[in-house]
Amino acid sequence: MIKLTVNGQPFSVDVEPGMPLLWVIRDVLHLTGTKYGCGMAQCGACTVHLNGDAVRSCVTPVKRAENQTVTTIEGLSPNSTHPLQQAWIAEDVPQCGYCQSGQIMAAAVLLKENPNPTDQDIDDAMSGNICRCGTYQRVRKAIHHAAELQKQGGAQ
Amino acid sequence: MKTGWYNHIRPGNITLCATAITLALTLAATLGFKNDDDKYKSWDNIKAVTARDSLLSANAFMQVYKVLMSPRCMNCHPSGDIPLNGDDNHLHPQGVKRGPDGKGVYALKCTNCHQKQNTPGLNMPPGTTEEWHLPPSNMKMVFQGKTAHELAEQLKDTKQNGGKSPHDMLEHVKTDLVKWGWNPGEGRSTPPLPYAEFVKQWNQWINSGAVAPASGEKLAR
Repeated sequence: MIKLTVNGQPFSVDVEPGMPLLWVIRDVLHLTGTKYGCGMAQCGACTVHLNGDAVRSCVTPVKRAENQTVTTIEGLSPNSTHPLQQAWIAEDVPQCGYCQSGQIMAAAVLLKENPNPTDQDIDDAMSGNICRCGTYQRVRKAIHHAAELQKQGGAQ
Repeated sequence: MKTGWYNHIRPGNITLCATAITLALTLAATLGFKNDDDKYKSWDNIKAVTARDSLLSANAFMQVYKVLMSPRCMNCHPSGDIPLNGDDNHLHPQGVKRGPDGKGVYALKCTNCHQKQNTPGLNMPPGTTEEWHLPPSNMKMVFQGKTAHELAEQLKDTKQNGGKSPHDMLEHVKTDLVKWGWNPGEGRSTPPLPYAEFVKQWNQWINSGAVAPASGEKLAR
């Protein structure tokens, strides 16, 4: 049994230690907001937070998360009020939506570490998250918007 | 009976003599090792005493150099701030950058993808027990584009080599991150020398005087 905390809740899962964390999140814990994209850490759709870092869960063995803290898109805020979630809705960012939970989880690490990012900072943080619909301009706009909301007291 | 010259070598004298010799040897050995230890504390102490040593050392470095310029070593010692990938040394995809501490930035930190072991499969992220990283931005330890002469001089300069003494350098090649080069995961070539031969040449280079090959030596590849 592997113990881990996901979105503030403790879990014990009976799986192989080498099973990708993404499999555990989606197929064992049934948290399906996190997506399977490429399965080789190249697209960013599976991004979740492991102890606050934006890891790619498709290549992260669950053993690495043992006794650690995982946050998925479902746990980013209690009621979808994280500044990024508000800004994402306000700027109407998603098109098909498949990559968006990964985009938001990556952006959340950026805003935590740099509350006032420039366009270059956003590119440096987000260029590993691929969007086939090409929503990159709206992603950038929404991150600036979220940074403003965070400054106004909306920080999580 | 006439006594011979050997008559004074009685058992008691032999014991005394042997003890004295043993003590002298032990002392010499102890001092010798102590001197060796001190010697490896500073690059100033590492010098080729003879022309033969100088040649041995420079030739050993040319072997070492072939390894350091191979993709498994050079890809993480790039001249820019983007790591290199593959046997063709292309820029790492995803816009990955070095960052101040060499561990990436924001949502693109090295260990977000690179695990404590190679992820199985072709084109999967490699990894080893030691944390995956580049040299930090204030000490880039660039290999890419360096001649053998330049690289040897850089490796001996504590202002450019991460503050490493000769002793530290001898130890450095035993780290898991260096050894990973010979266990790089599917689809990646290994360096041109076997690991044991690389370590032998590395030690030979330092022990014979850490001589930088002549500046005219060309890139190995």
